[in-house]
Amino acid sequence: MAGGDEMKLLGMWASPFVLRVKLALSFKGLSYEYVEEDIVRGKSELLLKSNPVHNKVPVLIHNGKPVCESLIILQYIDEAFAGTGPSLLPSDPYERAVARFWAAYIDDKMLAAWMQASRGKTEEDKAEGKKQWSVAVETLEGALRDCGKGKPFFGGDSVGYVDVVLGGLLGWVHANEEAFGIRSLDPQRTPLLVAWSERFGALETVEPLMPDVSRLVELGKMVLAREAAAAAGASN
Amino acid sequence: MAGKEDLKLLGLLVSPFVIRVRMALSMKGLNYEYVEEDIFNKSELLIKLNPVHKKVPVLIHNGKPICESLVIVQYVDELFAGRAILPTDPYERATALFWAAYIEDKLSPAWIGILKAKAEEERAEKVKETLAAIEHVEVAFAKCSNGNAFFGGDSIGYFDIVLGSFLFWFEALRRMYGLEIINTSKTPLLAAWAERFRGSVEAKEVVPEADKAVQYANKLHAATAAAVKLVSSE
Repeated sequence: MAGGDEMKLLGMWASPFVLRVKLALSFKGLSYEYVEEDIVRGKSELLLKSNPVHNKVPVLIHNGKPVCESLIILQYIDEAFAGTGPSLLPSDPYERAVARFWAAYIDDKMLAAWMQASRGKTEEDKAEGKKQWSVAVETLEGALRDCGKGKPFFGGDSVGYVDVVLGGLLGWVHANEEAFGIRSLDPQRTPLLVAWSERFGALETVEPLMPDVSRLVELGKMVLAREAAAAAGASN
Repeated sequence: MAGKEDLKLLGLLVSPFVIRVRMALSMKGLNYEYVEEDIFNKSELLIKLNPVHKKVPVLIHNGKPICESLVIVQYVDELFAGRAILPTDPYERATALFWAAYIEDKLSPAWIGILKAKAEEERAEKVKETLAAIEHVEVAFAKCSNGNAFFGGDSIGYFDIVLGSFLFWFEALRRMYGLEIINTSKTPLLAAWAERFRGSVEAKEVVPEADKAVQYANKLHAATAAAVKLVSSE
């Protein structure tokens, strides 16, 4: 890393968005100071000051200047450190557009489905969310089949932008079934995605960064319990 | 890039998302074939080229489709020489992209929600969300523009296109509901910026009259009402 570059990442251990940034920094071989935010007990002054609009993690602070929103942070890292380590985004503009399209799809459709399936207000809501989640997962299987062209990663022979964007969600994808009753990846329906998730998860750079799935399950169940209690309390 | 490019744009005259792309293409001095889609009767070409979303805009460059307005604008900016749409400095780009994402995630669903609301309560909720979001944008403009005419500087750039493409719809909403999203007392900087944007050469080329948006909204409402009648009569 270039001399004098100061990098700090404000994060939270269970956040898939923070994990994306950790993965990207790791792939590029960049060092940084990590600060775990205590979302429950109170967000730090630094977080509130650095992300006044959303008050959310991740925030990457590079030489004192904050960058927010995981996808934007990923692209920023790729551009600001273009000479360091591998590039996340492809060099061809068309392939970059395709990569950005799928990243947007993951954040707009997949995540929305996940939110609805896990935190929907009614059972009907949740059922609809689970349906949409299946659609999203199958669409991504199609993307891997058509764009991947038999290569091991969305990025081709090596990990790229979409792999990191989706990879950040993997811990939760594994925790979803037990925590929220959202079906895990099915090797019958989405064989390519299953193979990809195993391959990605086993990478030397990735494996140590992945959160503990049982901890995620515990957190998921706790969040649901808290919401149920709040709802019961509210209806009294 | 010299020479004629094979560019085709599937669009809708009143779609702000399409207008963003048209402004970007125009800023790069690019010629393209424009195809107006009938949203109530989508073409096979649109469905084939954007199977995931089935939406406009779709830019077809040398036969290959690019979808999602922000992705297309960035594609056009990166591929074609000429006027820069996004800033060149990585940190300034990240800032522009951040505010564009804010517009897409917070402002856009809110004002579109005003149109789509099925009941007064819902509409009132969406109006509140819209006004809250635009306040944040006013603060952003103060910080980012640094006293310049536009977000990026003294000429129109990425964020100006992203927000500016909504202005004629904001006027349509004013005519339909008496709602002022941007006004001189609550959002003075944006109000002045909006005047400049509307008066710009780039906007005048592709932004339609607000009446066209009102007409389209009425058509949408009529279609929804008809669909509801159909469902409830089964």
